[in-house]
Amino acid sequence: MTNQETIAGKLSERFGPEVIQDTPAFRDQVTAVVARERILDVCRFLRDDPELAFDFLSFVAGVDRYPASPRFEVVYQLYSTTKNHRFRVKVLAPEESDGSASVDSVFRIWPTADWHERETAEMFGITFKGHPDPRKLLLPENWTVHPLRKDFPLEGTEELTPDLP
Amino acid sequence: MGIERHLNDTVHVTNLEWFVNWARKSSMWPLGFGLACCALEMIATFVSRYDLSRFGMEVARPSPRQADLMIVAGTASKKMLPAVLRIYEQMADPKWVIAMGACACTGGIYKNYAVVQGIDRHLPVDVYVPGCPPRPEALLDGILQLHARVMKEQSIRNPRIPRIKTTR
Repeated sequence: MTNQETIAGKLSERFGPEVIQDTPAFRDQVTAVVARERILDVCRFLRDDPELAFDFLSFVAGVDRYPASPRFEVVYQLYSTTKNHRFRVKVLAPEESDGSASVDSVFRIWPTADWHERETAEMFGITFKGHPDPRKLLLPENWTVHPLRKDFPLEGTEELTPDLP
Repeated sequence: MGIERHLNDTVHVTNLEWFVNWARKSSMWPLGFGLACCALEMIATFVSRYDLSRFGMEVARPSPRQADLMIVAGTASKKMLPAVLRIYEQMADPKWVIAMGACACTGGIYKNYAVVQGIDRHLPVDVYVPGCPPRPEALLDGILQLHARVMKEQSIRNPRIPRIKTTR
């Protein structure tokens, strides 16, 4: 079991401050804020380094910081079944001018990301580039809305979220 | 009815409509399906403590083609709604609908984009049973009120032809 500060230090040492932008700690849990372009490299290192060995991706979640900028965050909760330690990685995803946002898909590193990324994609409107099967997971196929965005009206509307397809 | 006494009370004289209604309400078979937590109260109504078989309703049919009564027990999400409508269409006439619980009646606490705001937007509901969830006694009361309603129907002269409502 490795201390989370040790893990964050190892990441910073390997990738430098341009990639590991911040390592805030909250209640003894350390999060690494990773540059969006390098998320795949960092994740691959976390999985393949023999001391870290994060072989299990527990969860992928989205966060909408509206109206702050950058607007979106994608959070990866990692666990190592061999080392029994956990770590959190976070990517900031700015909203583009057309309302979309995008992050690279980690499906090739942890295949379990498949459904997590599909749910995050439909709920927040974040595109996961390189996802092999980018269909909707829970919402009806014909909906174009992203219900967990902060500016979405919770009750929906007859036009955007009809009862029947 | 004097004629019955002349035949040693071996016959019973009534009118056909009363008889048809009586037959319908005395063996009204419910469809065995539940959508959410109200289904557990519905199951409790079926089993021996509350004993729905007192009213000829103990056989919950797994097939909609053999069922007369649809108890919409629970939250109907918009993804589930097409399946519920399909099941209702598969039931043979005459058929009745009970909306059980706050969610089936109005959407309940789920005033959001994912839940149908009352199943009566799409199905012709006969009896509403409010509660979250309603106790088995409440469901029994709703069923008995439905029975009383069936006894008043003009089943021969003016048979009911329920149709699915379209979206508002």
